Amino acid sequence: MNLLKVENIHKRYGKEEVLKGVSFELQRGETKVVIGPSGTGKSTLLRCINRLSLPDKGQVWLEGEEITHSKSNINQLRAKIGFVFQDFNLFSHLTALKNVNIAPMKVKGMKKEEATKLAMEELERVGLGDKADAYPAQLSGGQQQRVSIARALAMSPKLILFDEPTSALDPELIGEVLEVMINLAKDGMTMLVVSHEMGFARSVADEVIFMEHGVIVEQGPPQQLFSNPKHRRTGEFLHKITELYGETS
Amino acid sequence: MGLVFDWAWLPQLARGLLITVEITVVCILVGIVLGLLLALGRVYGGRLLSIPCSLFIQFFRGTPLLIQLLMVYYGLPTWGITLSPIMSGILALGLNTAAYQAEYFRGAIQAVQGGQMMAARSTGMSLAQAIRYIILPQAFRIVIPSWSNELILMLKYSSIVYMVTVMDIMGVGNTIAARHFSFFEVFIIVALLYLALVFIVSQLLRMVERHVQIPGLGEHAEHR
Amino acid sequence: MTNIQLLLALLAVGLVIGTVVALLQVYAGHFLGVPAFIYEWVFRGIPALVLLFLFYFGPLQFGVSIPPFIAATLALGFRSSAYQSQIFRGAIQAIPHGQMMAARSMGMSRVRAIVSIILPQAFRLSLPAWSNEFSSVVKDTTLAYAVGLNEILRHARFITERYYNLAMLAYLTVALIFLVLTYSGNWSLGWLEKRLRIPGLEMAGVSGRGRNLSK
Repeated sequence: MNLLKVENIHKRYGKEEVLKGVSFELQRGETKVVIGPSGTGKSTLLRCINRLSLPDKGQVWLEGEEITHSKSNINQLRAKIGFVFQDFNLFSHLTALKNVNIAPMKVKGMKKEEATKLAMEELERVGLGDKADAYPAQLSGGQQQRVSIARALAMSPKLILFDEPTSALDPELIGEVLEVMINLAKDGMTMLVVSHEMGFARSVADEVIFMEHGVIVEQGPPQQLFSNPKHRRTGEFLHKITELYGETS
Repeated sequence: MGLVFDWAWLPQLARGLLITVEITVVCILVGIVLGLLLALGRVYGGRLLSIPCSLFIQFFRGTPLLIQLLMVYYGLPTWGITLSPIMSGILALGLNTAAYQAEYFRGAIQAVQGGQMMAARSTGMSLAQAIRYIILPQAFRIVIPSWSNELILMLKYSSIVYMVTVMDIMGVGNTIAARHFSFFEVFIIVALLYLALVFIVSQLLRMVERHVQIPGLGEHAEHR
Repeated sequence: MTNIQLLLALLAVGLVIGTVVALLQVYAGHFLGVPAFIYEWVFRGIPALVLLFLFYFGPLQFGVSIPPFIAATLALGFRSSAYQSQIFRGAIQAIPHGQMMAARSMGMSRVRAIVSIILPQAFRLSLPAWSNEFSSVVKDTTLAYAVGLNEILRHARFITERYYNLAMLAYLTVALIFLVLTYSGNWSLGWLEKRLRIPGLEMAGVSGRGRNLSK
């Protein structure tokens, strides 16, 4: 059974249909990266997966349980999916430590000592053990994003969704976040990442999905997609990106 | 013409002062509870709740406080509800401040909303949990300046209750002044009392504000 | 109705004095500026009712009889001027300093620069907050009842004394009249704001009297 199955997702905002029938699957341990021009519905897709947005048509299954079903216990399902936002969205009134341990305590009912121990472990894992008592406003963008990854990890999710995790960061801070993500992938975490970071895609993605105008144009292993794209549009897009971002190794 | 003054007035005025403070504190508390409920109703209540809440708010913010007081004091008895002068005062002031506080809360909640709510829900928190642990703690900090302001405003507007025979500072002052025909002296003292009260309360509130600040977040702009 | 006359009169008083006080606070040195700040603090800190009593009953005591209308206009007018001065001060300070520098380097005197360059912009920027002040003032005019003005309230009182049961209805009607007055005032000011709007020149966060809020 696949971990995540997305089938025929349609989503409309007002008059515009942003997602026009998107389907794909994700196996345990896989890392897939979604690329494509801005505004093609990539973020919307992620939000449909954990139902922050409800698709107009189509279904999403997590380990066989349908997320999109109206009777599903959405909070329980969301607890199994981690979400990392472009704008971090750390809880600004809580320290880094409390940001990470609040969900295990309130959603999973963990005891405070246990949750705190877990939170410290995850913060160490992302390299921020010494910043446990800092407030988000006192941390740099890269540090905040790493805390938000720790926050997602603390729930022991089956899968983590990343919505352009580095797009809001200053260039010199991107590396520290990508490093954490690469290690996660190597450790076997199932990840679905929307990003422009081609170097990241090239090094850890099992598959790259190219989306444009609300549909998947092409998907395949990075080596194949980058050097030998089957569709003209894929090639054009990659060419433009490489121009903008430079050849990233 | 000499100015008249009697030291015996001071204890009476002090008693009035106490009543003023009492009324203000109680009506503010009523305002917080009711205001918060109204704000939550408006933001999270769907059309069913948010429209009545909105109407309530618009009425109590758009009509004069004095009229509201008169409606409570003279109007309610015709509906079978008779309250003492003090209770009428507290009720009218409470409803009024609730409407204003509701808007402050609503603004604060909506300022925190967006990303924080999404993040909270994506960890699996229910709507109630998200509101309780993430939205409200932050919203409360944001409203403090407006809220302090409201407290001071209410302190001054509470003077209106003398019109329904409550013996707050105004009520006492009026009585003394009328008896001795010394309006000028008495009300200068009354004015000074209010100024002193306002000053002390502002300082206290400023200390509270500093105490609950979150390190790293800048000073909130002072609404005045 | 005397209500509206009172409203306009006191707003005018408030406007003129408020502008002067704001200008003193921003541009004058300590000698004039400090009294200006004290004036503002005093007239904002004292409740409206107390001011009304002081202005009406006070002089009476010394044998001077001021007509209630004048007393109310002055009392509420001075009070409004304190709030308005705060609005104008915020607006003046929000105008980039470069404006004054440019005006002066063209040879304008300080006064000329203030009148021709700063004030027109400041007034435009003040409109939203001033609109709030307008609403507050409309409601405060009811307080003049304490010195015998406000026939509307007297009529309502009269009705309730005769027809006990109609009390609620009577006051509700008065309340709604004020609501209409406030909304039409705000609407007109909003219209004025749009007419005068200069693209790009907007300001967030000019505060007025405590209770200003965005919709």
